[in-house]
Amino acid sequence: MAPASAIDRGRLAEELRRIVDPRFVIADAETAKPYECDGLAIISQQPMMVVLPGTVDEVRAVVRLCHRHGVKLVARGAGTGLSAGATPHPEGVLLSLARLDRVLELDKAARTARVQPGVTNLAISQAAKPLGLYYGPDPSSQIACTIGGNVAENSGGVHCLKYGLTVHNVMAVELVTVDGELVSLGGLGLDSAGYDMMALITGSEGLLGIVVEATVKLLPLPEVAQVVVAGYATLRQAGDAVQQIIAEGIIPAGLEMMDGPAIRAAEAFAQAGYPTEAAALLLCEVDGSREEVADQLARVEAVMGRTAPISLRVSRNEAERQLLWKGRKSAFPAVGRISPDYYCMDGTIPRAELSNVLEHIAALSEEYGLAVANVFHAGDGNLHPLILFDAGVPGQIEKTEEFGGRILELCVEAGGCITGEHGVGLEKIRQMAAQFGDDEITQFHAVKAAFDPAGTLNPGKGVPLLRQCQEYRALRGGGF
Amino acid sequence: MRHIIDQIRTAAEARRPLDIRGGGSKAGILGRAATGEALDITGHRGIVTYRPSELVLTARAGTPLTEIEAALAENDQALSFEPPHFGTGATLGGTLACNLSGPARPWGGSFRDMVLGVRLINGKGEYLRFGGQVMKNVAGYDLSRLQAGALGTLGVVGEISLKVLPAPRSTLTLTEAVDQAGAIRRMNELAGRPVPLSAAAWVDGRLYLRFSGPVPAELAGGKVLDGSDAFWADLREQRLAFFAGDEPLWRLSVASTAPPLLNGAATLIDWGGSQRWIRGGDLATMAAAASAAGGHATLFKGGDRTAEVRQSPPPALAALHQRLKASFDPAGIFNPGRLYGWM
Repeated sequence: MAPASAIDRGRLAEELRRIVDPRFVIADAETAKPYECDGLAIISQQPMMVVLPGTVDEVRAVVRLCHRHGVKLVARGAGTGLSAGATPHPEGVLLSLARLDRVLELDKAARTARVQPGVTNLAISQAAKPLGLYYGPDPSSQIACTIGGNVAENSGGVHCLKYGLTVHNVMAVELVTVDGELVSLGGLGLDSAGYDMMALITGSEGLLGIVVEATVKLLPLPEVAQVVVAGYATLRQAGDAVQQIIAEGIIPAGLEMMDGPAIRAAEAFAQAGYPTEAAALLLCEVDGSREEVADQLARVEAVMGRTAPISLRVSRNEAERQLLWKGRKSAFPAVGRISPDYYCMDGTIPRAELSNVLEHIAALSEEYGLAVANVFHAGDGNLHPLILFDAGVPGQIEKTEEFGGRILELCVEAGGCITGEHGVGLEKIRQMAAQFGDDEITQFHAVKAAFDPAGTLNPGKGVPLLRQCQEYRALRGGGF
Repeated sequence: MRHIIDQIRTAAEARRPLDIRGGGSKAGILGRAATGEALDITGHRGIVTYRPSELVLTARAGTPLTEIEAALAENDQALSFEPPHFGTGATLGGTLACNLSGPARPWGGSFRDMVLGVRLINGKGEYLRFGGQVMKNVAGYDLSRLQAGALGTLGVVGEISLKVLPAPRSTLTLTEAVDQAGAIRRMNELAGRPVPLSAAAWVDGRLYLRFSGPVPAELAGGKVLDGSDAFWADLREQRLAFFAGDEPLWRLSVASTAPPLLNGAATLIDWGGSQRWIRGGDLATMAAAASAAGGHATLFKGGDRTAEVRQSPPPALAALHQRLKASFDPAGIFNPGRLYGWM
């Protein structure tokens, strides 16, 4: 356990202002307010202090200062995360990397970009576009989310089945360790010397170190991309269609599914021309050279034609493709319009379990009296049920969280996991005990201690204490 | 599995090193010479589950690679990273420990990229389960992928779940005579365009380009290589003339665009420029060349295997390696000295 902070608040602010431009050390509650939560607003906490360093050297000096005094440290990117992974600690410094926002280098021949952690996901692709290249992973928040946060969460997106997750697309990082050392992990080759620290750091939720630079892989922009959109009368039919596309030997660039409530909310929002009478909608995108796309499209259409869709539409031009995707990509805000609040879950399941899991979620929806809309990265089994609730109604937040927890446990029982791309953070820390036993949790703590013996980096997130696991299991009647 | 766990617990109590062994196909290459009591995993074998429509296969570590590839082929699927076997005994676990991938690596990913989950016995003899059998999983640290390339120094992997992919329907290989610098330029130029390139190598003054789909129009008139499958298999399994003989074989994993390294050294290029095989030379020379090219060097085969065979990280990163190793293996019993002499 970390020693109690040996430095008082005023003194700490003073020392931080010697390192960083004083305008970027925020010690008053009002100015610090925007930092009290990330994208999961139902969990919030005032930070003791916020600091926004402007250089890597400043980051190192801030980290060294905190280390010297045993002050807890929470790193933050754009705060778009959905698992309360960037929630401040009441006795800690919130370290924002937002000012480190420069694209440092683009290498057309090697197809790489070297960027600072505060560069947004989309900005990388925009910078690479004139070179005919782009960055693969595309989380829904890509306009705002930063690459540093993407590395911390191992973010995905709608194109992961073919192009991989963050862990497959980041080649190297510069990492500031808890004592302020700077270490280079990975490299410009396709593997690392020694242990694969890149695999370990990616998705470590800011618990092992602070990423201050990343070198990412860029992909050639496909010559053409086309999307097929099919509506189905039942979810089971849509699920079967997914299995048949995969069985045909096709790896689509994107393979997404929405259920009836999600279709209707998205259609009302985006007017994409979705069939609102359908119980399920499937979007299947193929990309590559013109010849490849023509070939794959013919096969996808043939497969889908055999699955008895009630509607089938193929994008004929780029504008139509963008429109058809707009509905899917705006599904979350669209649901936000029809309900005062919504809570986005992030379980992963084997695709074959889809119908069973959705039926079970529907039953839970009845039980809790809370509606659900489902959005599904069907290609890689990542389910995003959106629970609709009203935070203004007393008790609904608690009920929603409990319902969400049940959905995650359901995913584990189906052979899946509690989080596919949003991370554990504070939000799912209790359900970690459903996924792992005490020995695994103990091994996680040992790995954490190898990087951060005093436990000052993002404390309380990601990995529960063994005591919390035991309490959780006792509460669940020893079911796990 | 019980007797393997017992052997590990006994060894941990006595702090007695173990030498983890699969089929022995990579014995004497890749790692340093290290001694210890033999721990044989070949008895722990067999495919546990394979659901082609999920694109996921789970198998025990001692399962022969040939058995896995045969099961996949029956469903027109394959290991996208085309792992080399280096002999008949190759196991899935050994291949993971070495993180070996073939010519498709830059496009098909590595073994590390395809790992979804492992079951692992740590140095306390606890049988742990990390990751899972689904494509995406960010619960807990990714201790599954960390096993790739760790040469068994963090634990004994008992079971592996990995992503599998459809086998390419057909391939075509083009070849032309070109010098090394020209080949590097061409490989990188093509890789930057949306073409279905799936391998690019330069061997003995010739460039070889494999396409797993329609060949770009301007290359359509190029010289087609007959018997290309045999060529790529010989490259992957190091059966080409370049790999013969006892001279030290170095593997330099570098930026794909790095210019020809070590002027005049006997070189073979694979992975679209990212993997350079070089004969002869010493660690200091190779490490300097690889570092300058953004990567690292390993003495893959031959040479003095009691000395260091790969370049060590700088002190702060080396210390992290040691602490990470100790977090899995506090008594230091798993393949000590195999990766680095100091660990």
